[in-house]
Amino acid sequence: MIDIDGITKRYGKATVVDRVNLQIPRGGVVSLIGANGAGKSTLLSMVGRLLEPCDGRITVDGHDVQATPGPELARRLSVLRQENHLPVRLAVGELVAFGRFPHSGGRLSTRDHDHIDRAIAHLDLGPMAHRRLDQLSGGQRQRAFIAMVLAQDTDYVLLDEPLNTLDMRHAAQTMDTIRRMADDLDKTVVVVLHDVNVAAHHSDRIVAMKHGRVVADGSPSEVVDRDVLRHVFDLDVPVSHTDAGPVAMHFGRACTSGDAPLASRTGEFR
Amino acid sequence: MITVARPAPQGADRRYLAIGALVLLGAAAVSLFVGVSGISPADLLAGDAQKRAVLLESRIPRLAAIVLAGSAMGVAGLIMQGLTQNRFVAPSTAGTIESATFGVLVATLWFGSGSVFAKMTLAVLFALVGTAIFLALVERLRFSDIIVVPLVGIMFGAVVGAATMFFAFRADLLQTLSAWTTADFSGTLRGRYELLWLVGGLTVLAYRYADRFTVAGMGRDHAVNLGVDHRRTVTLGLALVAAVSAVVVVVVGAIPFLGLVAPNITTLLVGDNMRRVLPVTALSGALFLLVCDILSRTIRYPFEVPVGTVVGVLGGAVFVFLIFRSRFGAAAA
Ligand SMILES: Nc1ncnc2c1ncn2[C@@H]1O[C@H](COP(=O)(O)OP(=O)(O)OP(=O)(O)O)[C@@H](O)[C@H]1O
Ligand SMILES: [Mg+2]
Repeated sequence: MIDIDGITKRYGKATVVDRVNLQIPRGGVVSLIGANGAGKSTLLSMVGRLLEPCDGRITVDGHDVQATPGPELARRLSVLRQENHLPVRLAVGELVAFGRFPHSGGRLSTRDHDHIDRAIAHLDLGPMAHRRLDQLSGGQRQRAFIAMVLAQDTDYVLLDEPLNTLDMRHAAQTMDTIRRMADDLDKTVVVVLHDVNVAAHHSDRIVAMKHGRVVADGSPSEVVDRDVLRHVFDLDVPVSHTDAGPVAMHFGRACTSGDAPLASRTGEFR
Repeated sequence: MITVARPAPQGADRRYLAIGALVLLGAAAVSLFVGVSGISPADLLAGDAQKRAVLLESRIPRLAAIVLAGSAMGVAGLIMQGLTQNRFVAPSTAGTIESATFGVLVATLWFGSGSVFAKMTLAVLFALVGTAIFLALVERLRFSDIIVVPLVGIMFGAVVGAATMFFAFRADLLQTLSAWTTADFSGTLRGRYELLWLVGGLTVLAYRYADRFTVAGMGRDHAVNLGVDHRRTVTLGLALVAAVSAVVVVVVGAIPFLGLVAPNITTLLVGDNMRRVLPVTALSGALFLLVCDILSRTIRYPFEVPVGTVVGVLGGAVFVFLIFRSRFGAAAA
């Protein structure tokens, strides 16, 4: 279980994550949603010990993330940040192999190779396994990094907007992979997503943040709801209920603040 | 290391290693038999004692020194550019070499010119501190431009160099100073280069940390994710670099550009995975220095040009080429 207890992050006077309490039990996919600047990445980075909180404590299966030795935590928890434009000249296969570093210390066993090959296959990277990262497209590179984290084979996986550069097919494929990581491999995946419909369709639980706080937390049908979304995004989003679950119709929408349709509001500035 | 499909790039290091080793062997043979006193394999077979002595006392030590210093400086540059994530940061563009030279001067002022141990200790110490200052400068000023960062380093090096020059002038040591600022192997004899084996040892040590260096070169976040202590790895790597640069300055004098040029070429060919590119870089550093040394002995035969000068000219030319290439490469990408 990931236990987030009273976590706070401040930059100067601005509090960007404000006393967040959250328990994420073992297993399943948890989506983190919220507007730009809501504090999602900051929270995720603190859980992944990339960033030190100003206050509070985070434990993963009872291990304090700030106090546990790096290599040990790296076998339990992996984290991938939002931006990964690395200029390094590594082949995709090499990068994915580095996902095994916490386990192998650089000496790859057959088991390590199995993990690497599986991760490469899962993310559809076979044909470009020998190509260098600096010669790939943004989306291809993103998939290589996801494959690296997959090869790391940790119980907990934190992904910050893994879909942000992916095309429709690879986005769907990646979400399937994430789903399978939870269902078949019994992993716990916490993923920041911007598309609430993708979040609703693929996750077991959705946590919504606003101004550094958790403002909604529940099953997809509870969170993808007109009133909840209005509060989270300050945006009126009609939700229609389909066989595939709730679908937010976030096109042709209106702003709640002032209640004027977006189109006419931008019209004022012309 | 990887089982997945491995066409061209994966096997590239082995191929370059094999080719490089052959060329290095050839150049080494040439190096042994080039010089003022002509030695040929036939003389040795004939049992010429005097020529044998020249070979053992001068030629072989010289070759060993060149191979040790060249490979170590190449690897030092490789580690530095990896850990700073900047291909133009090297011991000669980060103030490391100039700081080491300053340390040698201070040691000479305090302990006299005889104390090799004091020279080495202070050179290493100064090189460490100088490199740390450079890194702090770059971080503090938030420069991230790939060209600006080494320019700051070059300016910092120039300031340290000027200070060194000033104190050397006041102490009437300018003549001695030039021995440290320009590499020269003409004085390399048995008994006077053995400290360089230390540098060889450090190069081997660096190889043991190759994977960590690669991970640290992916940036702090990826390093933390993979359980690698970023700060410690960077500190260790830069300490290695400072120590190598300092010892080379003490024993043979500063070798400019080598740490810059060798890794730039090898990472272009083999990639940034240290485990694969480090041996190739060691080899190419040794080869580059050896070729420069042979040139330095033959250009004005029977006189010798200091090898540092030849390296400066050749290395400088390659460096300019690399900068143009990177600028145009970036524009094309
Ligand atoms: N290093 C920093 N210094 C100052 N403020 C910061 C820093 N990093 C983030 N912030 C601020 O913290 C807030 C939360 O940022 P965060 O990256 O967590 O948002 P987010 O929810 O991930 O947004 P997005 O959807 O755009 O990725 C933002 O207002 C941001 O400006
Ligand atoms: Mg974010």
